[in-house]
Amino acid sequence: MERREEVSRRPWYQEYLKGLWEENPIFRMLLGMCPTLAVTTSALNGLSMGLATTFVLTSTSLVVSIIRKLVPGQVRIATFTVIIATFVTVADLFLKAKFPAISKALGPYVPLIVVNCFILGRQEVFASKNPTGRSILDALGVGSGFIFALTLLGSIRELLGSGEVFGHEVIPGWHPWVVMILPAGAFLTLGFLVAAMNAIERTK
Amino acid sequence: MSVSARMMLVLTVVGVFSGLSLVYMDKYAEPYIALHKKEAVREAIDKVLPGVDKVEEVHRDETVIYRALDSSGKLLGYAFLAEGPGYQGKIQLMVGVAPDLRRLTGMEVLESVETPGLGAKITESSFEEQFRGLEAVPAVGYVKAGRKPAPNEITAITGATISSASVVRIVNEGLNEVRRVVRAGPPDCETEATIKWKGGKK
Repeated sequence: MERREEVSRRPWYQEYLKGLWEENPIFRMLLGMCPTLAVTTSALNGLSMGLATTFVLTSTSLVVSIIRKLVPGQVRIATFTVIIATFVTVADLFLKAKFPAISKALGPYVPLIVVNCFILGRQEVFASKNPTGRSILDALGVGSGFIFALTLLGSIRELLGSGEVFGHEVIPGWHPWVVMILPAGAFLTLGFLVAAMNAIERTK
Repeated sequence: MSVSARMMLVLTVVGVFSGLSLVYMDKYAEPYIALHKKEAVREAIDKVLPGVDKVEEVHRDETVIYRALDSSGKLLGYAFLAEGPGYQGKIQLMVGVAPDLRRLTGMEVLESVETPGLGAKITESSFEEQFRGLEAVPAVGYVKAGRKPAPNEITAITGATISSASVVRIVNEGLNEVRRVVRAGPPDCETEATIKWKGGKK
């Protein structure tokens, strides 16, 4: 019942870089939309959510790639889920203990990292078939892509919604567009960003 | 080893490791979380009852109220947590009331998920300040913007009457509960814990 190893043959730096652009979880794969739309009301929220998710993704990929040859294929999803859930709870407790303000702002979306589909996706597609080093690079790459996407989304929404970025006034006297902070603003911003990414991709 | 034995073994080992690390993490985080909770309560009491030096927690049935004393030990008033539904979700408030229970000393919104730009204005000081010194007899009321409020009334936020009315209703409900507890008299009031405070303003 061993699963065949399908070791990736990219140069090692590509393992990291692909997550930023070609396989960016938000802009290219459109995965993990729930936290993306819900928490990006400000740049800081987006960044914190990105960091928490990257921590969970990287730790899980590390453990999964180490034990990948021991886990029977039939229970792999259950095993991955238990490992993901453990790291999510660790991240949630850590934020509650050390950064209560951020934890409060992110609310239930930290525990909900457990159902973030690209975390399980990376285990299934990559970490369960590749050696530890590559798996960590892959996780860090996809995580960085997620951080980049969430921070960008949060910055745009915060800028248009309140004239600030990371709580610093950028446009003095800006008349806030309340809609940008509301859920509709998330859909609008994401739509325009994905369109922009596709346009750039097409000119290549 | 057969496949099913291996499945059981792997899942058991992973589960045990996961459980152990969670126990360890919980032990680490718990004191911090308790401390943050206490600090948040203390800070909110400080805002609704300025000049507070010492706080005593009074437990009665399900209700917890905070007796606030100034530095000479004189009763400054009572503070209490009150919560109820708002326009979109739960609103939680810390409310301060004078010792005679007839006048509010302040109100602070701790948690709310009202509409940004409209109902969310209940967390702004211009709204919260209206509760400072507000008459609370027979109850707190509100008027729509543009009309002149009575001494026991606040002016509702334009476009967010439901959120404003929810806050007023939550304050009144909490106040009734506190009146019931305080009027029941000191013999039944049991002081279970005193929250230590470094004293003085930060």
